[in-house]
Amino acid sequence: MAIEGELAHIGAGLAAIGSGAAAIGVGTVAGNYLAGALRNPSAAAGQTATLFIGLAFAEALGIFAFLVSLLLMFAVGG
Amino acid sequence: MAEEKEGGLVFHPLDQFIVKPLFGDGPVQFYTVTNLTLWMAIALLAIVGVFVLGSRGRAVIPTRMQSIGELIYGFIYKMVEDVTGKDGVKYFPYIMTLFLFILFSNYLALIPMSYSPTSMIAVTAVLGFGVFMCVTALGFILNGPKFLGLFWMSDAPAILRPIIAVIEVISYFVRPVSHSIRLAGNIMAGHAVLKVFAGFAALTLVSPVAIFGIIAIYGLEVLVCGIQAYVFTILTCVYLKDALHPAH
Repeated sequence: MAIEGELAHIGAGLAAIGSGAAAIGVGTVAGNYLAGALRNPSAAAGQTATLFIGLAFAEALGIFAFLVSLLLMFAVGG
Repeated sequence: MAEEKEGGLVFHPLDQFIVKPLFGDGPVQFYTVTNLTLWMAIALLAIVGVFVLGSRGRAVIPTRMQSIGELIYGFIYKMVEDVTGKDGVKYFPYIMTLFLFILFSNYLALIPMSYSPTSMIAVTAVLGFGVFMCVTALGFILNGPKFLGLFWMSDAPAILRPIIAVIEVISYFVRPVSHSIRLAGNIMAGHAVLKVFAGFAALTLVSPVAIFGIIAIYGLEVLVCGIQAYVFTILTCVYLKDALHPAH
């Protein structure tokens, strides 16, 4: 492998920053949903599906970062 | 113990995801009974137990098992109807099957020492690509070439349309990848985090914090398991809706 063990571990740590970025995204989605839902509670129930889809899309990217981190940690860096 | 800690954790947090043969140590062939197939079989038996045996009585006043079944059935039926419309209800059995399999294998994986089939990307990739291929085939069968209108935004400015079409095609083909990795990644991440906290629990100094952490993460996992099954199903419904009504 071209990437040596120590460097791969540093890369894994850097890739894990992506999880934090995804956390910001998830927080934005949920916070905006809550803000909208408190303004118009009667419309909130119909939008829960959209909320979960948005959460899933935001969260998936964090999971990708986590996967890259795991790959660097255990598959590449060994 | 202390000198082992300098090299990292005592045990590997990802060891729990290794597929092992159930009997003996032979190589894993496609017919080998492994812990993966065991837990998939347990999930199927649990589904049969709740839905076939539990609601066999068809009582007017449902028993506990029957009301669980009715609740899940009604929930998914309403979701399919809301997202895809009346003509999507035909495909309800497929979506219900997906939901039940994912839900039950997610929740059974929360039993300590169990194996979670949905944490394997191989399993979720079969589910995700299965949905992708079904939906694409269905779109072409039902709409013919008009299905390609999904990629051609007719209300966008004419100059932008080819660029948008390229982006839409790419995002269409990334769908099954993200669809399957989302589920596997969430479940795998949760279980790996539990295992990491379990590793810290071996150190006397931090073990109370670690055990509290395990409890908290476990509670989160109970939520995540349900939500991920729901998300997988509702995304299937959204993709199905695109196939049924491509031109918006």
